Amino acid sequence: MNSLQANLAAMCLVAVCCLAGADDIRSFADKADLAPATLKSGLEFLTPETRAMQLDDFENPGFLWVEAGKALFEEEEASPSCQSCHAASGDRALRGVAARYPAVDSQAGELLNLEQRINRCRETHQAQPSLAYESAPLLSLTAYVASLSRGMPYQPSIDGPARSYFERGRAYFFARRGQLNLACTQCHDDNWGRMLRGDRISQGHGNAYPAYRLEWQTLGSLHRRFRDCDRGVRAQPNAAGAGIYVALELYLAWRAGNLALESPGIRR
Amino acid sequence: MNTIRIAAPKQARKGEVIELKAMIAHDMESGFRRDQFGRKVPRDILKHFECVYNGETVFAAEFFPAVAANPLLVFYITATDSGTLEFRWVDQQGKAVSDSVELLVQ
Repeated sequence: MNSLQANLAAMCLVAVCCLAGADDIRSFADKADLAPATLKSGLEFLTPETRAMQLDDFENPGFLWVEAGKALFEEEEASPSCQSCHAASGDRALRGVAARYPAVDSQAGELLNLEQRINRCRETHQAQPSLAYESAPLLSLTAYVASLSRGMPYQPSIDGPARSYFERGRAYFFARRGQLNLACTQCHDDNWGRMLRGDRISQGHGNAYPAYRLEWQTLGSLHRRFRDCDRGVRAQPNAAGAGIYVALELYLAWRAGNLALESPGIRR
Repeated sequence: MNTIRIAAPKQARKGEVIELKAMIAHDMESGFRRDQFGRKVPRDILKHFECVYNGETVFAAEFFPAVAANPLLVFYITATDSGTLEFRWVDQQGKAVSDSVELLVQ
């Protein structure tokens, strides 16, 4: 082997070592979760104008959906109406309920988020067909129910039957994916507060959802946001309502610690 | 149906300048976008807004494709007499939707 060949061989070895280095990590799952002391709602990463828009209950366009949802909730044509069971006060009042979702449904034995819980209720108690994910009536009902827990911190259960879903959701958050080979954690744990093109990277909390996004010009679900994020790293997005997204929602709800629910929030 | 939200004081002193806010749920589809199959999404916008105070138009606005979805208008009028404030939007097909509130002037 002459010296040129030796050099080439050494360079190849270095290249292989580099490839096998950082990029070989498929998952960051042994990293620590975001420390509770550093938690910041996405609200803090908005411009003052957008923040003011969320904090003004009239100028916040998300309330168009909350009002439409309230009307659906009280609609007597649904048999029986949502309100006839879930009166504003009493055992089945819905204040604080959104803060406990996603939760494992004891009858179905699977993890449901708020949208899916509302649909389950329609099917089993109202004899109504379930509503399509991301449809206006489902977004409206979800926004209304979520708005009843505004200002309350998340209290999801991650133990017992929820544990395996939590682990799956956490694994999704820490796993690299897509052509850009990025994990959620690399932006939202490692680089929050820094600029990504024209925007400041948030910590990726879901506490404003369903939220009115200025980019969408409409209210949308957290799963729609997940799909955008997955597309952003050029990964194949999952369907809205997919089990893995509900599991991710559970991990994020736990990760958000004592941040308050803001739905209907405004995001850029 | 387009959800309408109005913020107006219930009562005012005669001659007082009052703030009115009106928001309507509408996509304001500009007509310049294309869907996922490359087809043009047809324009669907509101064209006109007016606020009628006891039969008299006291504020009007024209909308164009560049106006964002769910337009919010904030404007001021002088309270003169008790009566009805009607808020009326007309879309590009000429279909009108409206809502009204009562104002008590003392």
